[in-house]
Amino acid sequence: MIDLTPATIPPKAQRTSLFVRLLKNPVGLASMIFLTLLVLSAIFAPLLTSVDPNQASLQDFLGPAREGHPLGFDSAGRDVFARLVYAGRFSLAGGLLALVIAAVIGVIGGLLAGYYRGWFDSVSSWLAGLLMAMPAIVVLLAARAVLGPSMWLSMAIFGVMLSPAFFRLVYASVTAVRDELYIDAARVSGLSDGSIIGRHILTVVRAPAIIQSAMVLGIAIAIQAGLDFLGLGDMTIPTWGTMLNDGFTNIYKEPLLILWPSLILALTCMALTLLANAMRDELERSAKPKKRKPLIATALMDFSKVAAVTHADDARTAALTGEVLLNISDLSVGYGQPDGSVKTVVHDVSLTVRRGEVHGLIGESGSGKTQTAWSILRLLPEGGHITGGAIVFEGKDLAEASEREMDRIRGKKIAYIPQEPMSNLDSSFTIGSQLVEPMRICLGISKKEATKRALELLSHVGIPNPQRTFNAYPHEVSGGMAQRVLIAGAISCEPDLLIADEPTTALDVTVQAEILQLLRRLQAELNMGVVLVTHNFGVVADLCDRVSVMREGRVIESGPVRAIFKAARHPYTQSLLNAILEEGEPRGELIAPTTRATTQGAQS
Amino acid sequence: MTEPLLDVKNVIVEYPVKGFRKDPFRALKGVSLDIRPGETVGLVGESGSGKTTLGRAVLGLAPVTGGEILYKGKDIAHLGRRERRSLSSDIQVVFQDPYTSLNPSLTIEQILVEPLTMRKIEGKAAARRVADLLDQVGLPSDAGDRLPREFSGGQRQRIAIARALALDPALIVCDEPVSALDLSTQARVLDLFKEIQERTGVAYLFVSHDLAVVRHLSHRVAVMFHGEIVEWGDGDQVTSAPTHPYTQRLFLAAPVPDPDRQEVRRADRDRLLAEQKAQGLQAGATA
Repeated sequence: MIDLTPATIPPKAQRTSLFVRLLKNPVGLASMIFLTLLVLSAIFAPLLTSVDPNQASLQDFLGPAREGHPLGFDSAGRDVFARLVYAGRFSLAGGLLALVIAAVIGVIGGLLAGYYRGWFDSVSSWLAGLLMAMPAIVVLLAARAVLGPSMWLSMAIFGVMLSPAFFRLVYASVTAVRDELYIDAARVSGLSDGSIIGRHILTVVRAPAIIQSAMVLGIAIAIQAGLDFLGLGDMTIPTWGTMLNDGFTNIYKEPLLILWPSLILALTCMALTLLANAMRDELERSAKPKKRKPLIATALMDFSKVAAVTHADDARTAALTGEVLLNISDLSVGYGQPDGSVKTVVHDVSLTVRRGEVHGLIGESGSGKTQTAWSILRLLPEGGHITGGAIVFEGKDLAEASEREMDRIRGKKIAYIPQEPMSNLDSSFTIGSQLVEPMRICLGISKKEATKRALELLSHVGIPNPQRTFNAYPHEVSGGMAQRVLIAGAISCEPDLLIADEPTTALDVTVQAEILQLLRRLQAELNMGVVLVTHNFGVVADLCDRVSVMREGRVIESGPVRAIFKAARHPYTQSLLNAILEEGEPRGELIAPTTRATTQGAQS
Repeated sequence: MTEPLLDVKNVIVEYPVKGFRKDPFRALKGVSLDIRPGETVGLVGESGSGKTTLGRAVLGLAPVTGGEILYKGKDIAHLGRRERRSLSSDIQVVFQDPYTSLNPSLTIEQILVEPLTMRKIEGKAAARRVADLLDQVGLPSDAGDRLPREFSGGQRQRIAIARALALDPALIVCDEPVSALDLSTQARVLDLFKEIQERTGVAYLFVSHDLAVVRHLSHRVAVMFHGEIVEWGDGDQVTSAPTHPYTQRLFLAAPVPDPDRQEVRRADRDRLLAEQKAQGLQAGATA
C-alpha cells in the first residue's frame, strides 16, 4: 500500500524583484542614477537656474562663462546652462510621447492579434510590415511640410512608426504562450478572455516590453534631436537638438557650444541602452532557476543505510559464458559547479557485461542511469567528467582513453541508440545520406558499397520499402520508423557493445513491442552485449538477462532478472515493484452513487 | 440505470487544413460514449487515435463539427464563450504535463484562487478554501506562497488536481495525468484520484495510453483507434479479455513485468499477429 502522507516541500526560494537586482548590477545602478538625475534636473529646472532659457541678450552673443552663467551664452545670447536644463524637459517629454504611443498601439495590437489570430492578425501584421518598410525620416519630413514644425506632432507620428517594434515583440511572446496548457486550464476555469490576457499573457509580455521601452526611448530622443539639428523642429522651444544646431553653425567661433548637448545626448542614449542590457541580463539570469532537487515522498524513506544487494547467478545467467566485454568498476561521475565544487551524480557504480548479455539499468528520473550510459561512451554533457573508477572495454580503460582512441571505438565497437529518435536525425539530410556517411568513415568502403549496405540494413530492421525510406527526409517517416533507422545505423558497423538509452520510451505500445522484438533478434544475430537503460519494468522483463537497479547515483541491487523480479531484497526495489500496476486488480463495476447515498442515509 | 452525466453522441471533430480547398482533417469520426455520475470512464489509445481530442471536445477546446455532447441532458458542444464559462464549475480538467499546465510566474495560491474568483469567493473565504484544497491533495498548507518551479512533477500534478477540485465539479477530464511521472509517484497520484472520487463522487473521463493505468482506475473503458471507438465496455473485460483485433494487439504489446510471463505473452502476441495477418485484419496497424 502506498501512503498518502504529505510530501515534504523544499524550503522557500529567495525571490528578489527585478528592481532590487538592478540595483546590485553596477551597470544598471550607474545608468539608473544618471537617468534619475537627468529627470530630476528637468523637473526641477527652475530651482537649478533662475535664468529664462529663451531670454536673448545681444551683448552676450557667444559670451564666455561668468558668475551665474556657468556655461556661457549661445549665438542669440541665451544662457547655455539654462537651455540645457530646460531642454531636458522637452527632449525627454518628446521621447516619452513617442514611446507611450508606440507602446500602447504595439502592445495592445500585439496582444489582440496574437491571442485571437484570425483577420485582425492578418491585417495588423500587414500594417506592421508596411510601417517597418516606410523610412521614418522621410515620413517625418513630409509630415512637417504638411502640418508645420510641431515637436509634439512629429513625435506622435514617430511613435506610430515605432509601434511595430512593440507589436512584433508582443506578438511573438503571445503566440509562444497562447497554446500553453495553463491558458487552456484558465479557460476551463471560466476566466474571460480579458482576465486571461491580463493575468497570464501580460505577465509574459511585461519584461521584454520594458526592455524594449528603454531602447525605443533612446531611439526617439536621438531622432527628435536629429530633426531639430536639421532645423526642421520647432525653434521656439529649447531642445538638445536645437542647441546642437546652434552649436554646429558656430563651431569655428565657439567649439564648446556643440559639446554640451552632444555629451548629454550621448550619455542619455548610452544610459538607456545599458539599462536595457542590464535588465535583460538580470532577467535571463533568473530564467535559469537554481537547480534544486525536488524532494519526493520516497526520499522520506532513508535507503542509504541499507546495503546494496547482489544476487548470485541463476542457471540462465550462468549459461552466459561469453568473454567479458565491459567491466565498470567503482565509476563516479561528477559535474563542476559554478562555485568550483564538484557535484557527484554517480557513486561507485560497478557492473559487468559479457558478450551476448543484455544488462538492464533501471531507475527513476535522477537515478544516474543515463549518466552511467553516457560515461561509457564518454559523451557526458558540458561540465560532466569521470571522477573515479575504471571502464574497461576489451582490455582498455575508457576512462583514461584519449579522444582519438574514443573516436575509433565509438560507433565501430560501441554503438548507441538514443531515446528521442526524431531529434537524433538531422532534418536537413536524407535518411540515406545519414546512414551512408558514417559507414564510409567507419568501414572505409566506397559510397556505392555503403549505399548497398544501407539498403540491406534498412530491410534487415524491418522497413518494408527500403529505397523509399533511404530517399526520405526524417520528417517524412514515423517515430517507430525513425527508431528503426537509428538501430540500422547503430548496427551498421557490427558493434560488440550496444548502449540503448530508453530506446522505446517515446514510442507507442504497439510500436514498442515491434522495436523490442527487433532488438532481441539483432542482439542474438550479432551476439552483442547490450546495456539497456530504461524505467519500464516490462521492457526489462522482456529483454534483459541481468539487471542493476539504480537510485540516487548508486546501484542498490543487481542480479539475474528473475531474482530481481521474484526475490528482490532491497526495500527500494520492493517499493518500485509494488508500484507496478500491470495485471493489477481492475476497478470493478460502479456502485451507483444514488444507492450508496441511500444506504449511507439509512445507516445514519 | 442512472441518468448519464455526460452523453457523447456521434461527435465529429474536424480541424481545417492549410491550403486552398483542402479537406479538413477529421480527428474524431463519430464517437459515442456516456459517463454516469461518480464513474471513471477510461479512454485508451495510441498517439493520433483522437483520445485527447475527445477530452478537449468535452472541455470546449476542440471544434465540434457534428454530433452532440449532452451534459445533464443539455447540449454543450456548440455553446458560446460566455455560456461555456458558466459550465466551469461543472466540468474541470487535469492536463498531462504538470510543467506547462501551471503558470510559472504565479504562486500556488494565485493559481488556486483563480477559479474561485469566478464564484465571487474572495478574501478570507478564498484563503480558507485554498488551505482546504491543499490539504485534500496532500500538500502542506504553507505551499501557497511558492512558485510552481519549487515543486517536483508529482507535487505539481497535485496542485493541478487541487485547481480542478476548486469549484466542486461533477466531471473532471484527466488527460494523461500520470504519464509524465515516475513509477512510484504515478501510483501515489492514482491513489489520490481514487480517494477523491470515493469521497466526493466526482466522475472522471480518464485519457491514457497505458492500459494498466486505465484498468487500475476505470469502471468502464473505451478503446480508440484512428478517431473511432473500437471497443467499449466493462473495464475488466476490455483490459483483460478484449474482443476487437486492435485492442487484442494493444493488450499483448504491453510487456508484463515478469520475465517468464512475458515470454508467454510474447508467444501469444506472435500467434495473434500471424492469425490476424492471415485474416487480413491488420490494416494500418504497423508503424
